Amino acid sequence: MNTYRKILREGLWDNNMIASQLLAMCPAMAVTATATNGLGMGLATTAVLVASNTLVSSIRHLVPSSVRIPIFIVLIASLVTLVDLALNAWLHELYKVLGLFIALIVVNCGILGRAESFASRASVPRAAFDGLAMGIGFTLAMVAIGAVREIVGSGSLFAQAQLLLGPAFGFLELRLFDGGALLMVLPPGGFLVLGGLLAAKRALEGARRRKGAVVAQSA
Amino acid sequence: MSAPQHSPHAHDGGSVGRVMAQVMLALTPVTLWGFYLFGWPAIWLWLITVGSAMLFELACLRLAGGGRATLGDGSAALAGWLLALTLPPWSPWWIAVIGSFVAICIAKHAYGGLGQNPFNPAMVARVALLISFPLEMTQWVSPAPLFSGLGPDPVAALERLLFSTPIPDALTSATLLGHVKAEASRGVDLLASVPALGASVTDGVGRHAGSLGETGSWLILGGGLFLVYRGVIGWLVPVALISGLAVPAAIAHAIDPAHHLSALHQVFAGAALLGAFFIATDPVSSPASAAGKLIYGLAIGFLTWVIRSFAGFPEGLAFAVLLMNACVPIIDRFTRPRIYGHGPAAGRGA
Repeated sequence: MNTYRKILREGLWDNNMIASQLLAMCPAMAVTATATNGLGMGLATTAVLVASNTLVSSIRHLVPSSVRIPIFIVLIASLVTLVDLALNAWLHELYKVLGLFIALIVVNCGILGRAESFASRASVPRAAFDGLAMGIGFTLAMVAIGAVREIVGSGSLFAQAQLLLGPAFGFLELRLFDGGALLMVLPPGGFLVLGGLLAAKRALEGARRRKGAVVAQSA
Repeated sequence: MSAPQHSPHAHDGGSVGRVMAQVMLALTPVTLWGFYLFGWPAIWLWLITVGSAMLFELACLRLAGGGRATLGDGSAALAGWLLALTLPPWSPWWIAVIGSFVAICIAKHAYGGLGQNPFNPAMVARVALLISFPLEMTQWVSPAPLFSGLGPDPVAALERLLFSTPIPDALTSATLLGHVKAEASRGVDLLASVPALGASVTDGVGRHAGSLGETGSWLILGGGLFLVYRGVIGWLVPVALISGLAVPAAIAHAIDPAHHLSALHQVFAGAALLGAFFIATDPVSSPASAAGKLIYGLAIGFLTWVIRSFAGFPEGLAFAVLLMNACVPIIDRFTRPRIYGHGPAAGRGA
């Protein structure tokens, strides 16, 4: 199915929520001080995104377009509350770190953006798959930002991974060196790394386009 | 073809390179004095900072696809030089290299290179270092002059720099501002804490702990006046900055000498003079009009005093400069001079 491949590609790279749409900047700045936090936030957002896309798509013929935004928001808010309570119940240690920001998934424009621009116009399976692809793309970007900030800022990688994934994943935690540039863990680091991420993505795409142009010319 | 001779085409032959060379000339005495005071580690630190700043400049220019357009004019070397002057003189090598990277690659070239940076590169680097490595950036040494045997010889100094050996306890010291702040947090007021260090600061010779190039106050003043005399910098920003710092300091000191340093101490301690003449006057990141320069200088001085007196950091000049750099577009917007022949004349032609 070509369209599913396209949806996947859009979500992971071409239309990546953070690196292309520049949506969801609040969590991308606020909770990416470590890769683990980025991963946790990404997974929670993915769960909400899949569920909200599915629900929005399944009621898309019932919702009058004039009140669609309040309805989407109410749906997303209910889902976020569920995730919030679930995390508080089962991943309490992580919840203590992320708690404040979980509630803020509601106002994450990325989720409303997908509801509005994709899920309200697509069939249920496609909308759900789009939520998954977008969510994974978001999670990858969050982990990438978090990993760079954590390595440079505190010399570790996936610190406290066992809080999120259970004790079996404690091995993920790496201690690379002591100390580190505190600035990267503080808010300015988020902006610096995001800027670097965007620049790197553009550079990659530019290089690929040039390569494509050369191939097209020689053909 | 000869150059046109009349206004607005008349040109005195100046160039970016010549301006930079004059600033460097003005910085030379205080830098050499800093080398003498703090010995070989300071010399190596300066070399590494300036050298790495030029390498990063070259790398950025390569990346941008250009030639060596702004490598030869000395702007990168000067940014590195200024940064080196604001570092603790016995900092390890990686402080210098990371600082140069932040100054050149992030603060300068990410914004578009020479003339495009809204923030002063050396100050961005210093603040980034101070926030990232608070420990290393507040490791001060008391002067250990060359040939006195107090400091390490060239080889030992280089080793110290490369392997970040801790500074021997006998040589660690505190700056006046840091000492006063630390004592105040223990409940010792200024009347008790200043006498220990105060006199060596206000004599302006610089025989006290501080950044590489900020202690030789008279030499900084001399270099600054040379630049004013040569027309490289205006007198307005330095005068405004020093008054903005000294006036509130004098008032507060008169009211409560136990908790506020005197104006003299404020001006001679820390980076106030270096900042007034060499950093706040950066033509790229300061306002264009006279009124704007006045506001800019006064505000930097006042903010410096506020941060030194009430905030967590002992020295606030770098923060004040960056805050006001951010305000420059607004200042420029509201202090635009009346265009000749346009708008209400109001009897003042400024």
